[in-house]
Amino acid sequence: MKNVLTLIETTDTSELGNTTAGLLGAASRIGNPVAVVAVAPGHGSALVGQLGALGATHVILAECEGTGSLLVAPELEALSAAARQVDPVAVIAANSVAGRDVAARFAVRAGAGLLADVVAVDTDGDAIVATHSVLGGDYTVKATITSGPAVITVRQGAIKDIAPAATPTSATVIVTPGSTAATILSTTLETTGSNRPELRGATRVVAGGRGLGSAENFILVDELADKLGAAVGASRAAVDAGYVEQGAQVGQTGVSVSPDLYIALGISGAIQHRAGMQTAKTIVAINSDASAPIFDVADFGVVGDVLTVVPQLISALGAQSDS
Amino acid sequence: MKIAVLVKQVPDTGEQRTLDPITGLVDRRGENVLDEINERALEVALRYKDANKGTEVVVVSMGPDTLTKGLRKALSMGADAALQVLDDALAGADAGRTAAVLACAVRSLAVDVVVAGNESTDGRSGVVPAMVAEHLSLPLLSALDAVELSEVEVLGQRSTATGSLRASVPLPAVISVTERSAEARFPSFKGIMTAKRKVLTVMSVAQLGQLPGNTGQTSILSTLRSPARPAGRRIVDEGNAGHELAQFLRSGSLI
Repeated sequence: MKNVLTLIETTDTSELGNTTAGLLGAASRIGNPVAVVAVAPGHGSALVGQLGALGATHVILAECEGTGSLLVAPELEALSAAARQVDPVAVIAANSVAGRDVAARFAVRAGAGLLADVVAVDTDGDAIVATHSVLGGDYTVKATITSGPAVITVRQGAIKDIAPAATPTSATVIVTPGSTAATILSTTLETTGSNRPELRGATRVVAGGRGLGSAENFILVDELADKLGAAVGASRAAVDAGYVEQGAQVGQTGVSVSPDLYIALGISGAIQHRAGMQTAKTIVAINSDASAPIFDVADFGVVGDVLTVVPQLISALGAQSDS
Repeated sequence: MKIAVLVKQVPDTGEQRTLDPITGLVDRRGENVLDEINERALEVALRYKDANKGTEVVVVSMGPDTLTKGLRKALSMGADAALQVLDDALAGADAGRTAAVLACAVRSLAVDVVVAGNESTDGRSGVVPAMVAEHLSLPLLSALDAVELSEVEVLGQRSTATGSLRASVPLPAVISVTERSAEARFPSFKGIMTAKRKVLTVMSVAQLGQLPGNTGQTSILSTLRSPARPAGRRIVDEGNAGHELAQFLRSGSLI
């Protein structure tokens, strides 16, 4: 079976990134999942077994000075060295900032076609077929490459395939970063103290808009989200009004989400907002304006005041969980 | 200091955007505007120019003749010159080919820093800045929420899954900015008047010189419009909507 080289992301603490299972799952749909991971010299052996459990049949540990402190360069050299070893038909990386920077540079180096922000992968005979969700999910576009290995970046959380566990072989290569690279000077952890799921890739999202009226009222969004174990989102208007931090922004600018359940509270549903959430399986909207465009995409719409409907909903949900 | 800013025109995100069902390409017949993220990239360059006399800012783009409008806007905001690659052969170019062309155009300018938006609102693939950097063998510092540009380096801040990071990159380099970076200025009346006298250079691919031959190509197989969502149920709150909604969520096993 043909090798599919998968660029594994690691966290600040050198553990496997949360994209790992999905990337190896995507790789297994095309061929034989081979993992490459950039590690600091002498580190990473613990990752081999973990990658095998997630489907890697072979793991290449690329030891590189500067891993964790240089941006792009260690992962790019790791991927390049691994590609020379295993001659992949495809290279798969996460569509994260780091993943796509590395994949894009690698594609240029390898003269390969790049299929970016892919939500599904498959094969059709020898051809690798990638599916893109385009213009806020209004279109589904299938594309392939015409020469070289396919370089694919996978939208985070979009591919949920799990590759069968394997007992991997492993190899270590030593690579050196290019002469100039961006260097990390410091990192800051945001301690929100919250156990809420991350917005990107969340299965449930509760989002608030300008209709909430104030930052104080935005707490209703937090409360409903916590009741449902959902991530918190927001419209651009709510962010611009200062109700919530910009990281919560859902839409054309901001995060695109595709959860099982999306609850929009006081969000009118401008076209730019819908572009970031209309692929949700079920959409619920509460808005006092009966003509708000959010109702055009809602499976269940409530024309009413969020400040009275949401507390009643939370209490009704509480009654249910007690019963 | 000489700064190149990569810009493109995109269909207005406030309008219904469509793809051509045959080619799969974005339908650009409607209103096209300079992408907002590019204006933010230009703002980075213009702030440096405001503080440092003698800075030259060139906007670089590839696109059809309707692009002139966007480039004139960039000039009226304060860019010194514009370079447009205009060639029918580039219609429908993918990210790989676009980056190869832009890199060639930038190389001809011999700049100290290239500033781009992190991703366009139409393609959203966000790979062109990195591809341009690779073609030019320059380091890349991407997805910056805040930028401090100096004569020798760029300091920038980026949001991460767990917080943020600060990083630096020596010049020459390619950087990209996010929508959290500083909001762009509006063209002033004086800017609009002087923009008319600024130089907008148009080049064909042949005039650019040698493009890298081995730029991988992608090809679109099919384009399908997603079906419209079926009309849902809508109720007007008469005092019981919270309970009805809870019932809806339970019955659909959504909670």
